[in-house]
Order: sequence, then structure tokens, then C-alpha cells
Amino acid sequence: MPPFSRGFQGRRSEGPADRIPPGQHLVDDFPVLSAGPTPHTPLDEWTFAIEGGAEPVSWTWEEFQALPSEEVTKDIHCVTKWSKLDTVWRGVSLDTLLGAVESDAGYLLAFCDGGYTTNLPLEHVTDGKAWIAYDYDGEPLEPEHGGPARMLVPHLYFWKSAKWIRGFRLQDEDEPGFWESNGYHILGDPWLEQRYWGD
Amino acid sequence: MTGGVEETSRVRTLLLEASGWQGHRAGQHLDVRLTAPDGYQAERSYSIASAPGDPLAITVERLEDGEVSPYLVDVAREGDEFEVRGPIGGYFVWEDDGNPVLLVGGGSGVVPLMSMIRSSAGSTPIRLLYSSRTLDDVIYRQELDSRAGDKLEVFQTLTREQPPGWTGYTRRIDGDMLREVAWPAADKPHVFVCGSTRFVDAAADGLVALGYEPLSIRTERFGATGG
Repeated sequence: MPPFSRGFQGRRSEGPADRIPPGQHLVDDFPVLSAGPTPHTPLDEWTFAIEGGAEPVSWTWEEFQALPSEEVTKDIHCVTKWSKLDTVWRGVSLDTLLGAVESDAGYLLAFCDGGYTTNLPLEHVTDGKAWIAYDYDGEPLEPEHGGPARMLVPHLYFWKSAKWIRGFRLQDEDEPGFWESNGYHILGDPWLEQRYWGD
Repeated sequence: MTGGVEETSRVRTLLLEASGWQGHRAGQHLDVRLTAPDGYQAERSYSIASAPGDPLAITVERLEDGEVSPYLVDVAREGDEFEVRGPIGGYFVWEDDGNPVLLVGGGSGVVPLMSMIRSSAGSTPIRLLYSSRTLDDVIYRQELDSRAGDKLEVFQTLTREQPPGWTGYTRRIDGDMLREVAWPAADKPHVFVCGSTRFVDAAADGLVALGYEPLSIRTERFGATGG
């Protein structure tokens, strides 16, 4: 039993309990959390690449925009304990992107402008679970929130939704990415409160 | 909680005694979890202000619409108990290897930087550029004054209001200010920037423009809703 904190009442979250994972609280704004400076890559230099398949594939910004896209509305959960409900994104499903590649890898390591990486098991990014998003709330994604394009894996803590993504490498092994090498959980399921090493 | 120090009208340092605490590295944070009588809990993260080896301390700024920070700043008192977990983080962490250090802090973003200053053995050259709104908002003011010297150079800017005779900067952080304060990029300094999103982006962009390698700039941003 944890100690009671004398005099603490708390401001109960107004959000629906079945949509707020343990230890999270609801916010209305959109806090920014990133490691390092915000990169500003011109769109004519931007490409998205998938490495590690039978053949490497890559798309220019224009080609990427021409891929079939979806609008999705999702709740997001940051490991720093805020959750935001009903965020609206447009982007390309990873099912579409992975359909262009031949591979039997079990994992991917996403890479980004700025040097950030994050690792994901493929079973967590296929079957409609992940997107490369380039619009947020009907507008092009702002650089501070990961624009021109970021990963969106809303069922995991939001550090997995890598900002400024430029592609990923398909791998047989689950190689820890940036935060995963710096004390954060290898998978990061908010409903299991997998925040840190040892959770 | 073993004690509290009022740093400013909105900021308080809480001294903690945590059973099983394994020690930390300068720059890391910890999680605080409060529990109400009915079992309701709220968790937030706070930067550790103390040097490794000293009594554990966090410094907390009251956010007016916050849930946990008003409790820690205004209600909690010596002898009260709550849960802490940590230390957390392996990125915004300084290991003293003798290379020069540039610390850039906005508001309560100075807290993890203070842990670094306090943990310095005194032989490493450190420059701190610290932005506050007014003199009354400067956290650790006396301690910074007394620590400043050959190895610790403190540069301050007051962005909203300055007292008579103020000799520091009087504007928001910008490229010219960074050029005057920052070590030459060629000196390979360790760089830590902490503050609001807008502050961190201004500082980091300015340092990149001065030739700093983006990957060498370690940042910690806090949004308006830290709580």
C-alpha cells in the first residue's frame, strides 16, 4: 500500500477511464518532447527509404504523397505522462509501405533526421497499427511535432512515433533505439505501463 | 520529505529521503506519485537538483493549472510521504571528462543544469547562460553568485523587467547572445539546453547556426502542461 499524501486530493481526470492508461493524465494542448535541435529538411531533399529487404526501396516526397493515404483518429500517450484523445492524422499505412518490400524480418529500426532511432516489432506496426503521418489536424505536420513526416504508432508510448522519420531498416533482431538505450522500455505498451527498463 | 527551501514565489526545492535510492547522475529526473485518501494517484516527472552523493533534492515550479506541482510547492511539508521512482534517463546526463561545458537554461530549466554545476569537481570550465523573466524569478540566485568564478561563468538575461544597474542581458536568448557566450564549436564542449519548447528551439537553432554539431546538443523541453 503506498503512503497517502497528506492533503492531496487531486484533480480527477475528466477523461473516460477506459481511454487513459495507468499513470497518465489528459491534456488539451500538444506538448513537444524531442532530443536535440529540430531538423528542417527541405522537401526536395526528403526521401523515405526501407532498407534490409530483398531490394532497397525509396520514395521522394512527391512519390510518397502519391501513395494511398488514410485519415485516422487516435488517442496518444506520452511516457512523460500526458495523454491526448482523438488526435487526427493523415498518412500512409505501414501495410502499404511494407507491401513494396520482400522480407521475413521480425523487427524494424526507424531512422530520422537528427540521428534519432527507435525499434519496433513488425507485428506492432502491421494490420492497421502504424502510419507515416504528414498531416495533423488537417494541416501539414509542423516541424516541432515531427514534420514533414513522423511515425504514428498510437498504441505504444509516443516516443515510438518517431519524429522526422526518413525510413527504417528491417532486421532479424530487436535492436534498441535511442530512448530504448537510455533507460526506456524496449516495447513501451502504455496499458502495461512499460515506461522504463525493468517495467 | 525532510525539508523545503523557497527559491522564488513560484518555485520550491524539496529535500527527500528515499529508501533504497541507488544514487543518480547529474541531469537525471525522477517520478513523483501522489496518492489521495481514496486511492486516486497522480504522477509527474521532476528534474533532480542535487549533486550525486548529496541529499536528494528536486526543485519544482508551481504551474497554475497543475495537479501535482501546486501540492509539492504549497502543501507538502517536512515529514510527508509520497512515492518517488528513479533515477530516470540516460541522455540528458553529464559525465565530467574535463571538456568545457555550456549550459543554457530558461526558467526552471536551470534545475538539471544546477545538478551538473553542483557535481562539478571545480576544474572543468563551465558557462551557464540563464534566462529568467525578472530578478525575483531567478532560481538559486545566491548560490549561483557565490559559485561563479574562474571555472563557472554565469551569464544572465532578464527578459521582462530589470532592476536598476542591471548589467546582464535584457532580451530573449538569440544568436548574438549565444555567439558572445558559447565556447567555440571547435572546443568540442558538452552542451545541455533545458527550458520551454520555444526557448530550447531558439537556443538549439542558434547553436547549430554557430557550427555546433546537432547531435552534440542535448536538449530537454517542457511543455506548458508538465503539471
